[in-house]
Amino acid sequence: MADNQPDAPNSLFAAREPVFPKKVYGPFRNLKWVIMAVTLGIYYLTPWIRWDRGPNLPDQAVLVDLAGRRFFFFWIEIWPHEFYFIAGLLVMAGLGLFLFTSALGRVWCGYACPQTVWTDLFILVERWIEGDRNARLRLHRQKKWDFRKFRLRVIKWITWLFIAMATGGAWVFYFADAPSLLIDLFTLNAHPVAYTTVAILTATTFLFGGIAREQICIYACPWPRIQAAMMDEETLVVGYREWRGEPRKNSDAVKSGEPQGDCIDCMACVNVCPVGIDIRDGQQMECITCALCIDACDDIMAKIGKPRGLIDYMALTDEENERAGKDPKPILKHVLRPRTILYTALWSLVGFGLLFALFIRSDIEMTVAPVRNPTFVTMSDGTIRNTYEVRLLNKHGEDRPFRLTVSGDPSIRLLVEGQSRVTVNAPADTTLNQRVYLQARPGSDPALAERTAVRIWVEDIKSGDRAYKDTVFNGKGN
Amino acid sequence: MDKKSQIHEGDPNTTGHEWDGIQEFDNPMPRWWLWTLYATIIWGIGYVIAYPAWPGISSATAGMLGWSTRADVANDIAAADAANATINARLAGVELTAISSDPELSGYATSAGAAVFKTFCAQCHGSGAAGAKGYPNLLDNDWLWGGDIEAIHTTIAHGIRNEEDADARYSEMPAFGEILEKDEISAVTNYVISLSGEPDDASQVEAGQTVFADNCASCHGDAGLGDRDQGAPNLADAIWLYGGDHETVLQTVTYSRFGVMPGWSTRLSEAEIRAVSAYVHQLGGGE
Repeated sequence: MADNQPDAPNSLFAAREPVFPKKVYGPFRNLKWVIMAVTLGIYYLTPWIRWDRGPNLPDQAVLVDLAGRRFFFFWIEIWPHEFYFIAGLLVMAGLGLFLFTSALGRVWCGYACPQTVWTDLFILVERWIEGDRNARLRLHRQKKWDFRKFRLRVIKWITWLFIAMATGGAWVFYFADAPSLLIDLFTLNAHPVAYTTVAILTATTFLFGGIAREQICIYACPWPRIQAAMMDEETLVVGYREWRGEPRKNSDAVKSGEPQGDCIDCMACVNVCPVGIDIRDGQQMECITCALCIDACDDIMAKIGKPRGLIDYMALTDEENERAGKDPKPILKHVLRPRTILYTALWSLVGFGLLFALFIRSDIEMTVAPVRNPTFVTMSDGTIRNTYEVRLLNKHGEDRPFRLTVSGDPSIRLLVEGQSRVTVNAPADTTLNQRVYLQARPGSDPALAERTAVRIWVEDIKSGDRAYKDTVFNGKGN
Repeated sequence: MDKKSQIHEGDPNTTGHEWDGIQEFDNPMPRWWLWTLYATIIWGIGYVIAYPAWPGISSATAGMLGWSTRADVANDIAAADAANATINARLAGVELTAISSDPELSGYATSAGAAVFKTFCAQCHGSGAAGAKGYPNLLDNDWLWGGDIEAIHTTIAHGIRNEEDADARYSEMPAFGEILEKDEISAVTNYVISLSGEPDDASQVEAGQTVFADNCASCHGDAGLGDRDQGAPNLADAIWLYGGDHETVLQTVTYSRFGVMPGWSTRLSEAEIRAVSAYVHQLGGGE
């Protein structure tokens, strides 16, 4: 930063300056604690919620069944051909990020991103074990590894490792029955893939949350770069009211007699920053808008009897207004603008579309594929036979009988495996592949025609639900 | 314009190249890059020693490990054979009629049989088993030599009119062009077609019936329903192997037909023959 002079030697490498964020109190910090508790709670506890799934599957509310290629979410069951639900949710997640970024800048980064949440948790642990900023700084600068430094570091690392393992462990519970997998993991009976996954996620959690921290956001994550394209002059970001704070205490201007601004240069905002920047230098690439500097500064302002908000959420347009002596725009007016309304509308559109699709989707899933090699077979008595591959999905946790029928022409009848028995039994939670014949009487219209439209019906005998698929019957004219 | 050189004290030497005032530093390669390069060279030497690498006139150097893609394939095939050995032994040993009632066995036999069929049978009978002129359709319920699984198995194992196998199915229809007069042949043709459809000349049907009773009924039966013991086709059904129009039937009666099928017992294992028998049996016409 210091070397922008053209004559300075050009080095492209800068070693990381370790960051030791100081503890801070305030509404934003409290909000972040709540979000951390809720998000981590969801992540760690969700696999343990029980839900009746019948005899063949673990009774788990949220389950990714990789072997069966299905996803279970409470009462919702997504089969592979319904993957558009997942795609839709991803579209919604994307639009949601657009919405929040255009309204509130990098609010995702500052509050909800796993990198931020886990880093926050790791810093919390670090603070418990090694003390607050000054103690940690001293420990860091202390060259000699005496017993105390060794003890503190080892306890911290072990605690981190424990959290990291719990994080990696929680991930695999989404893919199998959590209680039995937990036992298997500890008795060394789990699948090697489970151990590998836990090991990789343990390592990444430990490295990203404990060691790399803000470097992930600054160097590794592409999302902050993309977010810049969605922010405009009305976007609320964390900023410093330079026109109110400057010239700060102890600056050259104040020493030469200018009246001092509100900033007393206490460095509280810098000391609490988890990415190690000085917000008073203006908007910076590194800032994740976690708002901890707002809490820190408001605390100081209260102590010196100045109004809060020297550092605050504000938009670029506010700066112009306030420099001109006008009042800042209310928050709501910043947030409500065509862009955010458009994102909200799109987001809702996709959401309602998915909900609609979810409610109208049939409990019975059937596909009918006519066999076209050959298109028809002449039987010895002159009957014309067409063959169809019918796939029936039994989404229930029990074996179910289904009745197959055909409509469209009275001279066509449906047979299964050469018998006019039209009830098939689909085993629980599987796709049944059933070859079905349609036969037209010799000399009948469909037997002679090129093609006849027919409708194959399936009825879940137990529930009475019916579904159909339209297909064609090829006759001799084909 | 300031033409002052941008090179400072302590900068590395330049390469001496200059384009439009832009000079190039003669910086050393980054060390990580160099070490990566050396590592790839060492890897390459090791690879050439261990694996096939240098091409020769007729083959390449074999490599110390003796690895080859062909051996890999052979191993994979051997592994697949070993994995299927148990069920193949079961398939070869069980009663033919018991296959369909055993879900595991019939599932395996149908899948394995489909692969055998696509490899050895589809050339004549078609990939969908619908046959062609002279090659029977295996999807319908009309069988020349019988359509239960045992009859199908015998046909596949020994073939039809297969001179190399004494157990092959064998029959030969005489060429009636040398035996009957032209008008008799025409009459019997009209009669045969009338059994299942509309003849060309209905007035000849009655005369044809007499010719049929004298010459054809011994094999095809009085009613023309055929005889599976002799492979004599049913002439009264809707299915024609070579075609049911007047011209084709006339040709069949005059010159006869002599379709052959090879026996597969010399080329396929008993389990493979049973698998493809089970596959054909479940295609839609099996009895």
